[in-house]
Amino acid sequence: MRQLVILSGKGGTGKTTVAGAFIRLSETRACADCDVDAPNLHLVNVAYPLRDDEPYYALPLADIDPALCVSCGECHSICRFDAIIPGGPYRVNDHSCEGCGVCALVCSVGAIHMKPHHAGNMTLYKKENAVFSTAELKMGSGTSGLLVSQVKKRMNAVVEGDIPFSVVDGSPGIGCPVIATLSGADVTLIVAEPSLSGISDLERIVKTARGFGTQVAVCVNKADINPARTRQIQEYCKREGLFFVGCIPYDPLAVVAVNRGVTIADIQCPSGNAAAEVYRRLLPVITQRSH
Amino acid sequence: MKGKTIAFLSGKGGTGKTFLAVNLASVAPSAVYIDCDVEEPNGHLFFRPAWQYSRTIHVPLPQVDPAVCNGCRKCVDFCAFSALAWANGQLILFEALCHGCGGCMMVCPNQALCEADREIGEIKGGTSAGVRVISGFLKPGEATGVSIVKSLLTQAGSGCSVFIDCPPGSSCMVSESIRDADYCVLVAEPTRFGAHNLNMVHELLRLYNKPCGAVLNKCQPGEDPSRDYCLHHGVPILARIPFDERLGLLNSNAQIAVREDKGYREMFQALLLRIDKEACDAAVGHS
Repeated sequence: MRQLVILSGKGGTGKTTVAGAFIRLSETRACADCDVDAPNLHLVNVAYPLRDDEPYYALPLADIDPALCVSCGECHSICRFDAIIPGGPYRVNDHSCEGCGVCALVCSVGAIHMKPHHAGNMTLYKKENAVFSTAELKMGSGTSGLLVSQVKKRMNAVVEGDIPFSVVDGSPGIGCPVIATLSGADVTLIVAEPSLSGISDLERIVKTARGFGTQVAVCVNKADINPARTRQIQEYCKREGLFFVGCIPYDPLAVVAVNRGVTIADIQCPSGNAAAEVYRRLLPVITQRSH
Repeated sequence: MKGKTIAFLSGKGGTGKTFLAVNLASVAPSAVYIDCDVEEPNGHLFFRPAWQYSRTIHVPLPQVDPAVCNGCRKCVDFCAFSALAWANGQLILFEALCHGCGGCMMVCPNQALCEADREIGEIKGGTSAGVRVISGFLKPGEATGVSIVKSLLTQAGSGCSVFIDCPPGSSCMVSESIRDADYCVLVAEPTRFGAHNLNMVHELLRLYNKPCGAVLNKCQPGEDPSRDYCLHHGVPILARIPFDERLGLLNSNAQIAVREDKGYREMFQALLLRIDKEACDAAVGHS
C-alpha cells in the first residue's frame, strides 16, 4: 500500500478539506488524521459505524512523593526542561516534563518515580473493510510525533486486502508531528496558499520534506484570492522541479460543506470540481503509473 | 494598554493570529511583537523590520569518545527517548530523537560521553515603525523549537505591551508561548473545524487559568459554530470581522492593514481598547 500524505506548512490552507475530498474521490479503504494537536478530519469523514477507542500513553513522567521529598533541590538544578517547581515538597510541572528520568536518577532519597502518562486518545473508525485512524492529544502534551506514528501503525495494522494507497492528513508546521507524518510517505501533496506568508511557509515545508525521499507535489487553494502570488508559486515549483498539480478557487460553499459535515466532493461546488481535477492529475503519481 | 502581555492563539491554523497580532501591535503606543510560531514564522514578512541583532540557538548533543567507551550500554538503557543504540561494536546516536537531557553522560561510568552544541535555529530582533519585532526561526528538519520559544520570551523587556503570536495547535509549544500571558485572544473561523479547535485551545486556557476572549474572523452569512461555542461557554466575543476581499488581498501581500487604511486603523484601535479593558477587568477579578 502506497501512502499519500497531505501537508501545508502554513495552517488553514485547506489540508483537511482536500484530504476529505480525496478520501471520497478515491474511495480508499485506509485513511488517517495525523494532526493530533487539532484533528478535524472526523468531522467530514463520517459514516463509519464501528468505533474503537484506546488511550494513548506517552513516556512516563516524573512524580515526586511529597512524603519522601526533603526539598534538597537536586532535581530542580539538574532538570533541563524547567519542569521542577521548588517548594516544600518540590513538585513536577507535567506540561514541561519530557520524561527523561534524570531527576529520578539524582534524587538521593528515592522520592521520584516515573508514572504512566495518559497523553491522549486514539480512535479507529471502521466500516466493512475500510478503516480511518485518528487521535487527539491532550492539551499541552508533548511527544506528538510518537502519537502520529501510532496513528499510522494502527491504520496499517488493520487494513485488509490489496489497497492501492492510503490518504493521510497531516498537521501544520515543520516540527515533530510533521516529521513523523512524512516518515513513510511515498507522495506528499502540499496545499499552498497564495500569500507572501504562504510562499515562505511552502519553501520551509518543501525543505523539510526533501529530507524524506518522498515525491512532492503542490496545489494552490483559494488561488483567486491573489492570482499574482499563485503564479509566483507555479514559478517556484517549476524552478524547484516540483509537480504543480493545479488550483482550487476560494469557495464560500466549502464552508457550507464543512458545516454540514460533508466533504467538498459530496456537494456540487466549484472547489469540489477543482479538487477532483487535482486528484485526477495526481493519481498516476500516487499509484506510480507514471510521472 | 501598559505593559500587558497578550497572546494570540487558535488551535486551527490560518485563522488570522498573525493578522490580528501584527495589526494590533501596529496601533499600540509602544509595542513588542514576538513571533513564537518558530516552525512557520510570518510576522516579519509584514513588519519587514530592520534587523538589529540575531542569535543562534543551540541545544546540547552528546558525543561519544569511542576510545573510552567500553560498550557497557548503561546510556542506551537509560535513554528514555531511544536516541542511543549499540550496534556493530559502537555507540550510535540518533540526533533527531535526542532531547538533550544529559542523562547519558551522567550514567556513563567511564566519562566516555561529553556534550557539544548543535544549532537548531535562531532568533532575530529589529524595529518596524516604532514596533519592536522579535522572531524565532526553527531550522527545517529539526523536531522542536521549544528552546527557541523560551529564548524569545526572555527578549520582551518591560514597560511595553507585548503581543505574542503563538503557533497553531494546543501542544507543548503553545503552552510554552502563553506562559507569561496576562490575557489570551482566541482567533476562530466560522466553521465546525474552527469551533472544534477553539474548544481544544479554550480547554488549554482553562487548565492554565488564563482569562480570554475570542475574535471571530472571516465571518460570512449563515451558520457560525464558533460563535455558538462562545455563547454556550461564556467566552466574550471581542469582535466579529467579516470576510473582506480587500483585507484578504492586503494580508496575502503581507501588508499591514492599519498602515494602509484609516478605516482598518480605527477598527483595530477600537479592538485594542476592548482587549485592554477585558485584560484589566480580568486582572482585577484575579487579584
